[in-house]
Amino acid sequence: MMKSDFWRAFARNKGAVLGLVILIAIVALAAFASFLFPGDPWEMATAPFQPPLSEDALLGSDMLGRDIASGIAHGARVSLLIGLTSTAAALAIGVTLGALAGFHGGRIDDAIMRFTELFQTIPNFVLAVVLVAIFTPSLTTIVAAIAIVSWPPLARLARAEFLSLRTREFVQAAITTGQSNTTIILRQILPNSLSPIIVSASLMVATAILLESSLSFLGLGDPNAMSWGYMIGAARTVIRQAWWMSVFPGLAIVLTVLALNLVGEGLNDALNPKLARSRG
Amino acid sequence: MLGFAQLFASRLVKAAAILIAIVVMNFFLVHAAPGDPAMVMAGEAGAADEKFVAQLRQQFGLDRPIYEQLGTYVGKVVQGDLGYSYRQQRPVWDILAERLPATLVLTLTAFVLALAAGVALGTLAAVAVGTWADSAITVIALLAYATPIYWIGLMLSLLFSIQLGWLPAFGYETVGAGYTGLAHAADVAAHLVLPVITLALFYMAGYARLTRASMLEVRSLDFVKTAKAKGLPQRRIVTRHVLRNAILPVITVAGIQAGQLVGGSILIETVFAWPGIGRLAFEAVLQRDYQVLLGIFLVTSVMVILFNILTDILYGLVDPRIQVSQ
Repeated sequence: MMKSDFWRAFARNKGAVLGLVILIAIVALAAFASFLFPGDPWEMATAPFQPPLSEDALLGSDMLGRDIASGIAHGARVSLLIGLTSTAAALAIGVTLGALAGFHGGRIDDAIMRFTELFQTIPNFVLAVVLVAIFTPSLTTIVAAIAIVSWPPLARLARAEFLSLRTREFVQAAITTGQSNTTIILRQILPNSLSPIIVSASLMVATAILLESSLSFLGLGDPNAMSWGYMIGAARTVIRQAWWMSVFPGLAIVLTVLALNLVGEGLNDALNPKLARSRG
Repeated sequence: MLGFAQLFASRLVKAAAILIAIVVMNFFLVHAAPGDPAMVMAGEAGAADEKFVAQLRQQFGLDRPIYEQLGTYVGKVVQGDLGYSYRQQRPVWDILAERLPATLVLTLTAFVLALAAGVALGTLAAVAVGTWADSAITVIALLAYATPIYWIGLMLSLLFSIQLGWLPAFGYETVGAGYTGLAHAADVAAHLVLPVITLALFYMAGYARLTRASMLEVRSLDFVKTAKAKGLPQRRIVTRHVLRNAILPVITVAGIQAGQLVGGSILIETVFAWPGIGRLAFEAVLQRDYQVLLGIFLVTSVMVILFNILTDILYGLVDPRIQVSQ
């Protein structure tokens, strides 16, 4: 019953359905990358500077003869992997801090919110660049850097939810029956504040993918993982002769991020029906 | 005016506190950089023998306890000493000061353009809600939100400078043209067009969406109905009653996003070879010049704090309640 309601609300948003279809296609591309494009995406596959629709390179080849289409398929893995893991890490930091601040209030709340404000003021992309450069680029440092600069909005959201739920009867009842703070936070409040957090998290995956692509565009990607940002960054200097090397990976990023944003809006409509109806 | 002055003073105190926290953080990042700072510096200077490293350690007080080093570091930063780049053989502050004006011009112009155009488009969409203009603005905003700004920059330069040849694709001025006075200003302005539009586009999209939503919300409030009942002309209701109130959350968000705007300039300056702090950051990343990179982190953080103060002033100018308490 709940489930069919959810789907009906989600499907009412046509954009969200389109986004979901695109997203499924991209996930499939990532999953079957090694099957569709066997062989290393870093290896020379054909002659350099082949334009799109060439015999052995559908989307053309780059200046070292690497297949652009293969790079995009293998890059989808990296983008999705980094998008998901860094969002999970940001959720862990943000929701924990926000929950503590909102639940305890008072001085703990003050201290945590000051800390959050500090991280919101720092130019987050600059910090991500500094962190990845200092701790040398790898999948782990990139994920950590993205999580470190992305958690503040989640903390604020979780805090607001916890602040408003804390005074509700069911939480008061749980306190009176002597449940521990941890139990109340995890079992009572958290499940009830999940929907706005899920919506923000889905949008954050999109932001994380953009951040990762920007880092690897600057040459701060994992040197062993083919990624879309790296492809655009490497092809930047030859854009005058070979537009396709930068255009196709860019389109892949736009499609993925757009799909995630559309799905996020659909989730918002489905999970927060009141908000959705009051929107213009 | 007291209310505003008080608000402003409290914001300044907060800004100072955040600045100190950032300086401390910077200090620990210097220490987190691979190898100990003396080794890094020796490596950057191209000499790694034991004696030189030991001498460096002593010279920079790296044999002192960490809190003492922190004190020394903060003292130096306060005096404008951000360290020394052994790669460029120059003090970091000198390198930054040289690049700062170009970045300020780029980010400030983009910020003003994004805010002005975003609010204008959002208002247009809200007034014409449900029409094709509204849908077009919504779709463009959605697309601009999903596109990496460095890629927008590349595509714009592909179209407007490589294909059409209308605008210069990179740099700050035409090298060797020797323009002076107005001709020079026009030349710089032409070079500024693409980077500014690219940087502004993403934020413009956000502000347009926000203005639209905010205006639709304010439009249904009682005081607007009163204004309508009084028979005020539509244009006056939109500009004086609805927009003036609807713009407040937009300014708040613009302040919060200032940091991202400054960070985005790294990408834009890299794409357009704009000789500012962002381009410097890209070069520092390539050369692993941590001293310069951390100096950039500090300077851009200060820029964000200044942008925030700027939006606070703007907020004070627009919010009627603060003017009432004069």
